[in-house]
Amino acid sequence: MSTASIAQALNEQRGGFDFELAKRNAALEGAGMKVPRATKTGTTIVGMVYKDGVVLGADTRSTQGPTVADKNCQKIHYIADNIWCCGAGTAADTEFTTALISSKVELHRMATGKQPRLVTALTMLKRLLFRYQGHVGAALILGGVDCNGPALYQVYPHGSTDYLPYVTMGSGSVNAMAIFESEYKDGLTQEEAMKLVHKAVLSGIFNDLGSGSNVDLCVITREGHTLHRGYDQPNPRRFRYPGGFTYTNGTTPTLSSSFTPSRTPAAVVGGAGMEVDA
Amino acid sequence: MSISQYNGSAMIAMTGKGCVGIAADRRLGIRNMTKACDFKKVFQVNDKILVGFSGLATDLQTLEQRLRMRCNMYKLREEREISIEAFGNLVASMQYEKRFGYYFVEPVIAGLKADNSPYLMSSDIIGAQCFKDDFVVAGDTAETLFGMCESVYRPDLGPEELFEVLSQCLLSGVDRDCLAGWGATVYIMTPEGVRETHLKGRMD
Repeated sequence: MSTASIAQALNEQRGGFDFELAKRNAALEGAGMKVPRATKTGTTIVGMVYKDGVVLGADTRSTQGPTVADKNCQKIHYIADNIWCCGAGTAADTEFTTALISSKVELHRMATGKQPRLVTALTMLKRLLFRYQGHVGAALILGGVDCNGPALYQVYPHGSTDYLPYVTMGSGSVNAMAIFESEYKDGLTQEEAMKLVHKAVLSGIFNDLGSGSNVDLCVITREGHTLHRGYDQPNPRRFRYPGGFTYTNGTTPTLSSSFTPSRTPAAVVGGAGMEVDA
Repeated sequence: MSISQYNGSAMIAMTGKGCVGIAADRRLGIRNMTKACDFKKVFQVNDKILVGFSGLATDLQTLEQRLRMRCNMYKLREEREISIEAFGNLVASMQYEKRFGYYFVEPVIAGLKADNSPYLMSSDIIGAQCFKDDFVVAGDTAETLFGMCESVYRPDLGPEELFEVLSQCLLSGVDRDCLAGWGATVYIMTPEGVRETHLKGRMD
């Protein structure tokens, strides 16, 4: 293999961010152009340790400025079967950092043949975030159970971490923390822990504008994990035109229409003839 | 002025029963000056994938060309068409790769999975994916489009009904948007093929 082709091979798998357009975008911003903002997860995310495990909780609203971008997004991310992670901050950053660490943890698990530990995932996360000096805007709650028992960590976008029995993050963190500070007790049962986490997330949903919609919970014990997606739906749509609004076919005036048939013909179901248009 | 308002665009994608659709306006402007009324914003990747881009036109075309290259390379290497799930992740990864110097583009992806059930995804400018089972919107006045879709959308629409709902949502939406409109195109995808229809809308 020549030096040039080795360099090319390394280049192809070097990974990392591409700053190709950074100067152009900075110039546009300097010329007074407003730069559109990325989707944020507003967010109330919480976590709590109890007797035999960890309960993570999150709301499901994502926002773009004052607009609700997604009414039911998932903020509890998978890291490993025994480790889950709530994400707040820039939606893309929380999504991609947790996915990247999840993949690295899985490779580590296969290399060592042992159940991944929380500190492993935690160290990977904080090293990545510290490297980007807070520009990767991910505020995380890492929770799970490993050989040392249940544990809960808080990770800030700059890479600092905390090890605590109960944590909250995101714009609704103050609302949720108010609940924990007044009601948290050591050695709660799973049922009591879920009830308290649920109440903390609801406090964020109803009192913080950046948080809303449903409550997601994730319970992790030594036996395994249970993700309760849509554990509570306190904000269903309360109005809809009966039967739905209908437009009769042909309402919209058109200029022209063309049809491109699929190159792979659709499978014929139950021997019925295929409808062939055009 | 925001960069997303430099060229102007409006886009909606919706799911139906065994079908999906994307509706997009056709305007290309430079601030308040309209340059073209036949600008292409929606592209068919293969039999199962439609992708639309709203935002800055130069980035729209660059991203589309790079994606087309990646899909062609995938096809040559794998000897099969890319699935819509993989395509959705490809788009988001390509956007996130440029996290600190991004394309000013919000992609909207609609199509059919291997079992012909609908797939719908939208992404923000840096690749935060949003998977929905009803509708997604993008463009400089996403709010007006959201309003129309929230009131008019119904689940399990057939291809013809989906066409009417998409068209009406887009046309009413862009009537309250100075920067978008000037013609619109609706693409309806079914397992049998894709119908492309140009709408007769306001030209002011």
